[in-house]
Amino acid sequence: MFGTGLLKGLGVTLKHALDTFEDDRESVPDRYRGSLELGNNRRVIQQPIDQEGLLTIQYPEEKRLLPERFRYIPMLIWDSEKQEDRCTACGICAKVCPPQCIWIVRDSDENGKPMTRCSDFYIDAAVCMSCSFCVEFCPFDAIKMNHDYELAVYDRYPQLVYDMAELTVPLEYYAALWPTQYEEEQARRKEEEEQKRKQEEEKAAKAAARAAAKSAAAAEETATAGAAPKRSAAELQALAKERAAQRQAQAADGGGSDDDDAAAAKRARMEELKRRAQERARARKAESGE
Amino acid sequence: MASLPPNFQQLKQDQLRPFLHDEISVPDELEANVLITTVDKIYNWSRRSSMWPLLFGLACCAIEMIATAASRYDLSRFGMEVMRPSPRQSDLMIVSGTVTKKMVPAIVRIYNQMAEPRYVVSMGACATGGGPFKEGYNVVSGIDKYIPVDVYVPGCPPTPEALIYGLMKMHEKVDRQSVVSVPWYQKDSSQFVPVPRLGPDVFDPRQVELIKDTTLKAASNGAAAASNGAGGAAAEARGPVQLSEKAIARMEEAKRRWRAKQG
Amino acid sequence: MAEAPVNDLGLEQDLADAVLGTWAEDTETAVIIAPDRILDVLTRLRDAHGYDFLSNLTCVDYQGYGGKLRGDVSERLEIVYNLYSTRRGGGSVALHVRVPEDDTVPSATSVYPGANLQEREVYDLFGVKFDGHPNLRRILLWDGFHGHPMRKDWHEAYYEEDAKPFRSRHPKGEYEFHEDKLPWSKNTTYPAGWDPDSWQEAVAYVPVSQAPQHENKPHLDTESIVVNLGPHHPSTHGVFRMLTRVEGETILALEPEMGYLHRNHEKIGERNTWLMNMPFTDRLDYLNSMSNNWAYALAVEKLADIEVPERAEYLRVIMAEFTRIVNHAWSIGFILNDLGALQTPALYAIEEREMILDLFEAVSGARMMCNYMRFGGVVRDLPEGWHGQATYLANERLPRALDELDRLLTENEILRARGRGVGYLAVEDLIALSVSGPMIRAGGLAYDIRKAEPYGIYDRFDFDIPTLPNSDIFDRYYIRLLEAKESVRILQQALRDMPEGEILGGRGGYTLRAPEGEVYGRLEAPKGELGFYLASDGKTQPWRYHIRSPSYINLNALGPMSVGYKVADAIVILGAIDIVLGEVDR
Repeated sequence: MFGTGLLKGLGVTLKHALDTFEDDRESVPDRYRGSLELGNNRRVIQQPIDQEGLLTIQYPEEKRLLPERFRYIPMLIWDSEKQEDRCTACGICAKVCPPQCIWIVRDSDENGKPMTRCSDFYIDAAVCMSCSFCVEFCPFDAIKMNHDYELAVYDRYPQLVYDMAELTVPLEYYAALWPTQYEEEQARRKEEEEQKRKQEEEKAAKAAARAAAKSAAAAEETATAGAAPKRSAAELQALAKERAAQRQAQAADGGGSDDDDAAAAKRARMEELKRRAQERARARKAESGE
Repeated sequence: MASLPPNFQQLKQDQLRPFLHDEISVPDELEANVLITTVDKIYNWSRRSSMWPLLFGLACCAIEMIATAASRYDLSRFGMEVMRPSPRQSDLMIVSGTVTKKMVPAIVRIYNQMAEPRYVVSMGACATGGGPFKEGYNVVSGIDKYIPVDVYVPGCPPTPEALIYGLMKMHEKVDRQSVVSVPWYQKDSSQFVPVPRLGPDVFDPRQVELIKDTTLKAASNGAAAASNGAGGAAAEARGPVQLSEKAIARMEEAKRRWRAKQG
Repeated sequence: MAEAPVNDLGLEQDLADAVLGTWAEDTETAVIIAPDRILDVLTRLRDAHGYDFLSNLTCVDYQGYGGKLRGDVSERLEIVYNLYSTRRGGGSVALHVRVPEDDTVPSATSVYPGANLQEREVYDLFGVKFDGHPNLRRILLWDGFHGHPMRKDWHEAYYEEDAKPFRSRHPKGEYEFHEDKLPWSKNTTYPAGWDPDSWQEAVAYVPVSQAPQHENKPHLDTESIVVNLGPHHPSTHGVFRMLTRVEGETILALEPEMGYLHRNHEKIGERNTWLMNMPFTDRLDYLNSMSNNWAYALAVEKLADIEVPERAEYLRVIMAEFTRIVNHAWSIGFILNDLGALQTPALYAIEEREMILDLFEAVSGARMMCNYMRFGGVVRDLPEGWHGQATYLANERLPRALDELDRLLTENEILRARGRGVGYLAVEDLIALSVSGPMIRAGGLAYDIRKAEPYGIYDRFDFDIPTLPNSDIFDRYYIRLLEAKESVRILQQALRDMPEGEILGGRGGYTLRAPEGEVYGRLEAPKGELGFYLASDGKTQPWRYHIRSPSYINLNALGPMSVGYKVADAIVILGAIDIVLGEVDR
């Protein structure tokens, strides 16, 4: 009969409407299965895949739970343990960037000798295509993808050209956003460090042995075998300390009061970032069922 | 097409200008009136809560825009579900995707057809600054080179939430406006944006002199292409269009005729 | 795969002299044909050898070519033809025709009408003129544009260097904003001596601007008019323009106009390294980034001979089939939208899309621009819980959703009344017009590259190629539903059989030096045959990066399909071709 197809279709939509209405009305807690409260009536929602229909996410009151691998605009990692930027200005990220939106300036010491850190790092968010090649190929785990998408601004320039201060986040923030990957990375880094330490020890031991053999051969005197490497390690440490102090001093008297302000602002930002990171970490934990 | 006079666009604009823009001036005594804040609130609330976007998609970002309007994000929560296909009925243009040189005259024309108050959201990297295609020969590196933009949403493409965040920024901007200072009630504030023309490459009528300087100089220097001869000088005439005296006179004449017609 | 050396072509003695030689033995062998004999060869291949499908026609500019294989060939440009047989399946025949600059080539349109749009594109971007082409004018750019931009010596305004990475980004260089390079701070460049004041816009001769004779002249004396649709029109699926000549409501002629989203993928792609093109392919057909990724990876793997591990092959199939469902659901929704069923069917159809996009996001990090595949596999393994969710989706949710869509739409009388018999074109004509994908399967020809020339591991799955006999709007709608259901079947098998193991073969890393040569790799994308024609001179950048996009070439059929129907039908006919402008204009 003419019209049965139409009626059938209308039946489908009616059923759908009733189902979702019931879902919303009678099983409200069900709607928020897998979601968590953030305070101020804000929620993070993840729709369970076996729940029929589609939940309307009432952004900004509610947010969607972003998967760990979500990528938006890159961020730079500030290693909070070592108190330094992880970036070494190797420039690989700028090299692999398909739209070429990364611009790095390598820092140099007072003699103009280039150093392994960058003095500036820009990402043009009006060009970035969020492909995450920079993250994939960074050998120092220094650049990662941020989850922050609330970036809309009223002016394109300079707001959308992010500089280093805007891009840098503390390690904790990254750890909260990318927990699984962070764990893996940490384990890998530890292993590598261990290996490095072992290699260095071996090297030192070898050098010591060589030195010992040499001195033994030259003066035929019994050399104190353990002393040399110990001293050299201590020396190394002292040297490193000195260098760090120098760097700090340089940074301190480099720009006068302006720079102090900048440093203070950066610290404040760091604090803010840390706070946010902790918040996120809490949220993650709560969501994982604690 | 060929039989039109070359300054046809200009003539048409001059003719249309007085008809398209109301020129209501707020009397001085109304300034600093207590009523204004209340009026502002209502005025802004109503504009903000029914900001109709133009049904207008360009590229990848348009798909995310549709996703934003679909079930999961549901733009109708913001009174934005009525996407109008006609620029006359819409308040907000979401430039969602790569703007190409071939398309930019059409976009500027659509923008000109929108009635004030009108807003522009540049969605995604491409509309904002050319995005990954910035260097392309047919790509405009940012729609703001032609029309004023209110909010930029970065991302490639912005997720629906990011777009909604941008729209909320738009709302904030609307909320800050006041009925006494909004540009569209000011005299001579709302301007037609000259429509770019497709020459050997797209060109902005506002920059004709600048272009001529370079091309003719390049020709006299015997350079192969104008771009090679151009240095880094960024002497660009920004801001509202500088009208020639002749054009102003023509406009006055048109207005006078219109008033006479009104009786 | 199945190269066809000269002898295998089996050209008869009278045409053997047309063959001048071969090129690139290492990868795909191409046969070089004398320019004046190309039509004879094409006709013979079509009629006597069954190569009825002109898949790809493009051009390569060899000026400044650094490779060794080409020797001292003086001709600068080379036209490439890739022919396939839809009846037999199997590999292609690649023909080359060498052309000096400013010379002409006979147009292939008389043998393969599907060469129409592709030859126009070559004319637009390379400046090669085709003798006998019915409508040779610019297609992606506008009339009056200076120069032919795909030539190697043509540089755009923001040009920096021939190859990325640009030195200015690196720590040693001086960074310069593109905008600061030009006084008008725009991405434009003008020829020396050009005077904007005296510029007259070029008048384009468009075929529909000529009134065709109306044969059944009725008693009333009517006149036909030209109606323009687009580029800003809600029913054109983006920025697409149709010029129609109508009499009353009946379309007498229709001419597609495109290029409003021409984003210069190919020019940018020649500057990118091989890997950098991967995220750009996401933005071709932005509904199906996964199949685009795969098509490009497939072509490069063929060129550089890279092995793909087992698990990665399965992952690729899973992603590609999910993406096919996304695409078909989207396309069904918007065909209905074009029919006037505003919103409701579209919203229903794209509901499940969000769930699939969630999965894509969980595995790759982005909803649409997945950038998931690499040469030799995929980049990330599945996160925890993904497999379970995908299995649930493929076994429970998607079949249910597709059935619901079926119940909602298929028996609808309005859809049947509007769809039956509208937009008919015989399948032979569709193939002659180089149309591929669901369109020809809705005309009754079971041609699917997954079966005809299996790539990846498609030969292991049990699935059918659905066909429908009528070649009209309704069948084009319904075939997509059937194909989506088949995709669900493949998904179920792939998710069940997926082994553990490596996900990325090859060397990885960001530099790849593909061996010198050329390759044409193709796969069955949701919209039809998606191919990548790549030429390499052994460097880290492709020498030529051409995308044979199904949306673009399927538009060949838009005009012929629409003539005789009403304007309102033309909208649906366009909708049923299922174009995505990112891929049409590239």
